[in-house]
Amino acid sequence: MDIDLEFVKEIISSAFILAGVFFMLVASIGLLRLPDFYTRMSAITKGATLGMGMIVIGIGVYFNDTEIMLKILAILFFTLITSPVAAHAITRTAIYKKVPLWKKTDLKEFQNYLQKRELDKDEVEDQLQKNSKRL
Amino acid sequence: MNIFDTTLLIAFFVLGVCLLLAAIRFAMGPSLLDRITAFDLIVANVIGIIVIYSKLTRDFELIDVALILSLFGFLGSISFTYYMLRRNN
Repeated sequence: MDIDLEFVKEIISSAFILAGVFFMLVASIGLLRLPDFYTRMSAITKGATLGMGMIVIGIGVYFNDTEIMLKILAILFFTLITSPVAAHAITRTAIYKKVPLWKKTDLKEFQNYLQKRELDKDEVEDQLQKNSKRL
Repeated sequence: MNIFDTTLLIAFFVLGVCLLLAAIRFAMGPSLLDRITAFDLIVANVIGIIVIYSKLTRDFELIDVALILSLFGFLGSISFTYYMLRRNN
């Protein structure tokens, strides 16, 4: 019995591309519908990276060529490195700029963190004063 | 028309709908940061569209364009946030 390898390749590639497009659509709907900036940010970062990666892998499987697969692995590598860094930088800017949070957000841990940081700052200032007295 | 070409047409259509949704958020986003995230999504969408288009036209050079674009999207959002943080200080 013969297996048509071209057909198998096309099926695998189609499955990857359809899954990637599905994740991309979910990310876009999340961007449009979620209530505040931070939840939208989380929807984009995961959904778009996964969706784009799966589309690109699907095309790489279809082309069946070493050079193109290397370029596609480079695209995947850059995206997987840069996307979390960009998301972290944007969200940090949003915290500093005081972009409003959703009213149902649970802020208990964040406030504990802020209090702890304040305490740490006081300790550091105490240390600095002691040091200056000693000098 | 075989399965793969049908899949590519469906993917084109759905990615176009995704671009439309991101453009709506880009137009009405309350803050500038919302627009930056919408721009991120648009860049990821365009990379997917370019890669699929390179199959449809059999023009392999377009994959290089996607490679460069994946770096420039990162650069764009990072520089936007950098200058937003510096403007007040």
